[in-house]
Amino acid sequence: MIQPVILWTDALIFLLLAAVTAFFVYARRQPHLRDPLRRVAQSRVGMVSMVVLAAYVAIGLLDSLHYRPALPSKAGAGVQYAVETLSVLDRLATPLRERNEKTYSAPFAAHAYAKEVVELPDGREVRDFPRLKYGGAHLNDPEAWLSDVLVRTLKAETLALATWLLAALALCAGLAHRNAGSLSTTWRAVWRGETPVPWRAGLLTLGLLFLLVFPAILLSTPYHILGTDKVGQDVFFQTLKSVRTGLVIGTLTTLVMLPFAVLLGIMAGYFRGWIDDLIQYLYTTLNSIPGVLLIAAAVLMMQVWMESNPDLFDTVAARADARLFFLCAILGVTSWTGLCRLLRGEALKLREMEYIQAAHAFGVSHWRIIGRHLLPNVMHIVLITVVMDFSGLVLAEAVLSYVGVGVDPTMQSWGNMINSARLEMARDPMVWWTLAAAFLFMFALVLFANLFADTVRDAFDPRTRR
Amino acid sequence: MTAYLLRRILYAFPILLGVNVITFVLFFMVNTPDDMARMNLGVKHITQAAIDKWKAERGYDKPLLYNASVSGAKVLTDTVFFEKSVSMFAFDFGHSDDGRDIAREIRHRMGPSLAIALPVFAVGLAVNITFALMMVFFRASYLDFAGVVLCVAMMSISGLFYIIAGQYLVSKVWHLVPISGFAGGLDAFKFLALPVAIGVVSGIGAGARWYRTLFLEEMGKDYVRTARAKGLAENAVLFRHVLKNALIPILTGAVVVIPLLFMGSLITESFFGIPGLGSYTIDAINAQDFAVVRAMVFLGSLLYIVGLVLTDISYTLVDPRIRLE
Repeated sequence: MIQPVILWTDALIFLLLAAVTAFFVYARRQPHLRDPLRRVAQSRVGMVSMVVLAAYVAIGLLDSLHYRPALPSKAGAGVQYAVETLSVLDRLATPLRERNEKTYSAPFAAHAYAKEVVELPDGREVRDFPRLKYGGAHLNDPEAWLSDVLVRTLKAETLALATWLLAALALCAGLAHRNAGSLSTTWRAVWRGETPVPWRAGLLTLGLLFLLVFPAILLSTPYHILGTDKVGQDVFFQTLKSVRTGLVIGTLTTLVMLPFAVLLGIMAGYFRGWIDDLIQYLYTTLNSIPGVLLIAAAVLMMQVWMESNPDLFDTVAARADARLFFLCAILGVTSWTGLCRLLRGEALKLREMEYIQAAHAFGVSHWRIIGRHLLPNVMHIVLITVVMDFSGLVLAEAVLSYVGVGVDPTMQSWGNMINSARLEMARDPMVWWTLAAAFLFMFALVLFANLFADTVRDAFDPRTRR
Repeated sequence: MTAYLLRRILYAFPILLGVNVITFVLFFMVNTPDDMARMNLGVKHITQAAIDKWKAERGYDKPLLYNASVSGAKVLTDTVFFEKSVSMFAFDFGHSDDGRDIAREIRHRMGPSLAIALPVFAVGLAVNITFALMMVFFRASYLDFAGVVLCVAMMSISGLFYIIAGQYLVSKVWHLVPISGFAGGLDAFKFLALPVAIGVVSGIGAGARWYRTLFLEEMGKDYVRTARAKGLAENAVLFRHVLKNALIPILTGAVVVIPLLFMGSLITESFFGIPGLGSYTIDAINAQDFAVVRAMVFLGSLLYIVGLVLTDISYTLVDPRIRLE
């Protein structure tokens, strides 16, 4: 028995998902959007980055389905739900979440990081590195961990290759079915890179991804593959949980800012006159406030407000989530000005076009002209900006969390991980794994987001069109 | 041109007033002075008398926007908004919540901030342009491709990692410079070398790539074809013609940030323990000192507007085709 919980950001994520789906359905029928989209799919870099980003999005979505498990209750009494809010990802990674050590331990370690007084079987007490409670606990001889890891990795890789082969076959079968060709010719065309969509690049990326993911999943149960942090929590689990935070900040911020930017930008350029003056004044003013300071001021204000209204949030998760949502909102308020200015310029240009003049002459109303004629023609600018902003926002989260105005300290995020790892670097021997984990996952996400953004820009920007 | 500048400066006033209203609303409308007093004094068990005392000490005991209890112009001037926000136009920043003179702190801390921000800006600009020119010179070759890949990889790394890795390698492993701190005079060099180097390196990715696009755009123009057609060497085309013409967008992009250099860098300064305006701001944020944050917001907006005006002036200086009307 579970009780589904829909947090604010969850609702918005699914709204965003619906919006993206709706956009694709709409874009399929519009040649000026369909062709660039096809170009994105036909670019090798685009295909590779889409596969990697899809993996991140999958983790993020799994982590966005929240629920509260039921507590074991006495017969006859009503069902009681736990105060703790869990997500599907938490459920899937239960061993990672629950098998906490006492404190730091290195990746794949079987012994703790610090010496402790250990009682030997014969009753004597010595100071030594104690065995970990879970990490490598199945090993009789902890020295032999390497061979154990290798055997397990080998098994995992075999499984990964088999799964990947199945996926590749399924894809080829699907393609063969669609093009009414035979499986063997399709298979050969894919492997020679002769398909218009670079399926080979996509499949190779997927294969590499499987080779990394399968061992990570299988090894993360018997070992802490990225070590544990100060309070003994698994770092691998933390960085997986951070994926959602990064994605939420990168996408929801844009969702919040889009209505402002699009509506105000087009209105300023289309109506001109005092509306233009007012909107220009508004965005110059907002733009002139240093971004970090405005965010800091707003977040501080919200903290005070939350402290004086604690009864509005029933769980810790709801509280942290409200803060995350607010952070997205305030980031959106500070970041809509750039897009707004771009759209104003474009609308100024477009309103002088013959087809808009013609629409005027036919007596089409202003709002109808904006909706039917202007909006579809600035869509590419909106799309480019949305995709380009994403990586910057993910990076901004880390900086803001460091400054202390980012996400809630109880929420897992790369910023919070880096923040805690900063002090760990000074320890001896050095605790490097928290930082390394945050670095790897964040770097991969931002890198592929950047590459994807470049592909989208090249495909949609009329200036770069050959 | 004088008339244009005058108009721009007059236009700055409504913007700064808008900035003040926004920060004022954020600070005083969302949270009343009572809330602030409660937070500063601790949440539980506070008497109304203690709150009133805290407010009176800091001048928050007046009405926010409109004082009905007095007459004449004082209905507007004898308010929290006038005393705390409008007075900033005269650079009267008042005192921080812990009782120090903010204007004095700003004067003291501007020096260290500039000592980092200025070299980072100048060296960074030179390095980025050099790197970009190199990529453009070898354009459409493997060297160019490798350069672009390097740029994208470098801009995908969070600035925090550059600082942490730099501090770890240079200060902790190689013991070349102190990890953090600051000193005046010549000693400042050894404290500033690392933050400046890190500031430059972390900016290369985005910077060089941006300048490369600018140069490439310039390369496609007609005058470049003319220059090649009359038999100029590629060197001469690139350095004498393209670089000179691309300087217009580069310069105008750079001028706007020059005044903001005074504000210092939040992250670098707090990591390296440099007593500049950036670390002052961070400390104020962490201590929830609204007076300081408000002063810094005002200063930042002012410098941004100065930057915009300077950009306009620099346009006319580098590009004779542009006249300010």
